[in-house]
Amino acid sequence: MFSSRYIIMFIVGLTAASALVLALLFTGFKPMHERNEGLFKKRAILAAVDTKLETKVKNMTDAEVEDIFENDIRQIALNMNGETISSDEITSRGYKGGQPVDIDMKKEKKKPEPDRILPLFVYDNNGEEIYIVSVRGNGLWDEIWGNIALEDNFDKIVGATFDHQAETPGLGAEIKDNPKFSENFIGKEIYDEGDYVGITVLKGDARDGIHEVDGISGATITCNGVTEMIVRGVKYYQPYFEKQNIIN
Amino acid sequence: MAESTIQEKQAQETKPREPLFGKKQRKLITDPLNDNNPITVQVLGICSALAVTTLVFPSFIMAIAVIFVLAFSNLFTSLLRKRIPSQVRMIVQLVIIATLVTVVELTLKAYNFDVYKKLSVFIGLIITNCIVMGRLEAFAMANKPWQSFLDGLGNAFGYGAILIIVAIFREVFGKGTLLAGTPLEMMIIGPSSDYWIDTTTSAMFGWYMNNNLFVFPPAAMFIIGVLIWVQRAWNKKLIDVS
Repeated sequence: MFSSRYIIMFIVGLTAASALVLALLFTGFKPMHERNEGLFKKRAILAAVDTKLETKVKNMTDAEVEDIFENDIRQIALNMNGETISSDEITSRGYKGGQPVDIDMKKEKKKPEPDRILPLFVYDNNGEEIYIVSVRGNGLWDEIWGNIALEDNFDKIVGATFDHQAETPGLGAEIKDNPKFSENFIGKEIYDEGDYVGITVLKGDARDGIHEVDGISGATITCNGVTEMIVRGVKYYQPYFEKQNIIN
Repeated sequence: MAESTIQEKQAQETKPREPLFGKKQRKLITDPLNDNNPITVQVLGICSALAVTTLVFPSFIMAIAVIFVLAFSNLFTSLLRKRIPSQVRMIVQLVIIATLVTVVELTLKAYNFDVYKKLSVFIGLIITNCIVMGRLEAFAMANKPWQSFLDGLGNAFGYGAILIIVAIFREVFGKGTLLAGTPLEMMIIGPSSDYWIDTTTSAMFGWYMNNNLFVFPPAAMFIIGVLIWVQRAWNKKLIDVS
């Protein structure tokens, strides 16, 4: 039999050893983890303009992704009134990098609406500007989010990517896994003769070919979440484009 | 007479050295592959086997993670087995497993972020995998470090082998590819000219469609069930005589 004293010492010693190993490893890997997470995010943003890129984002190397982000993309951060905000203000809101790409939509979604800030990415496609916006909402089980690229004065969708935290594989998760779902958005328009309508994901066949896309059978709640996320999320960017006289 | 006792003593001292890969040690590795497979015979570790086996490559990484965790947690537990107070042995085992699992998770996140994303919570859930805890309790607490290490390897190999067999079926029939996500990716059957068998032009396979059921966990359940059936039909030792 071991004494209580021995047992306590043993557990404390073992836990301390384990904590030391993990702490060292975590600190050692931290730069790599941050780099990977950043690249993952950048790939998701670029994937929204996949149709305009020479090589698909999937086949790009990490260096190519960084290169496009550096040279062809202009990053802007906006507040909810559509005013651009400076790098210092991004930093002061807790994003160390100070770049619009560092803005964490998950944190922003938790804040009251007027306090949020938004990242906007402007992709320069040989002189023509494509705007990539980030949206975030709720699916069936947890949050869903996406990046939507718009051209033609912030009206026509060029591409969209979606991701999710915990949607059902084969049903709700198809918003990410099935490329056909996001392809449906290409060419759709978010304005109906000057009025903002967004995009509606419909259960059955989408009838009008301009503002509606086909949903996924069996994933109605996720699809409704996508609709809500787009209608609300894209509208957040509207004040900026009005101020820039890009839309009236 | 005094001489003979000395000789006997020497013989006793040199005798206990066991070979590194004797018959007994080999059996520790081969036994869990077939006769005592953790998934098909002991029916442990089913949860992760159902969840991660949609694609071959993530299953392969999962298998490697379990091999690492099981072999080394067996080794460390066995090294400490005489010092672990029996009242808290479960907690000690959990600390060892959890540390190793976190090491795997951090390493994977740094070196293969895509697979890390794909396996998501299932790497973390190795901690609760019954195979790992079961081997520590049943074997490592009572055996020497080297044997325990081999036992861990053997059981993890047995687990990994089933994982990969199930994943091959699920990926080919569910997605029409094999080894997707690696440079060796093979596009086997599907509705475009990128695939070896193009269902849009092939006269023989024009009817073929990927079976969506294979993407879902129930398919893994069926496949494991069939594997158990096949194994029992073929391995006479497993037939229940009672």
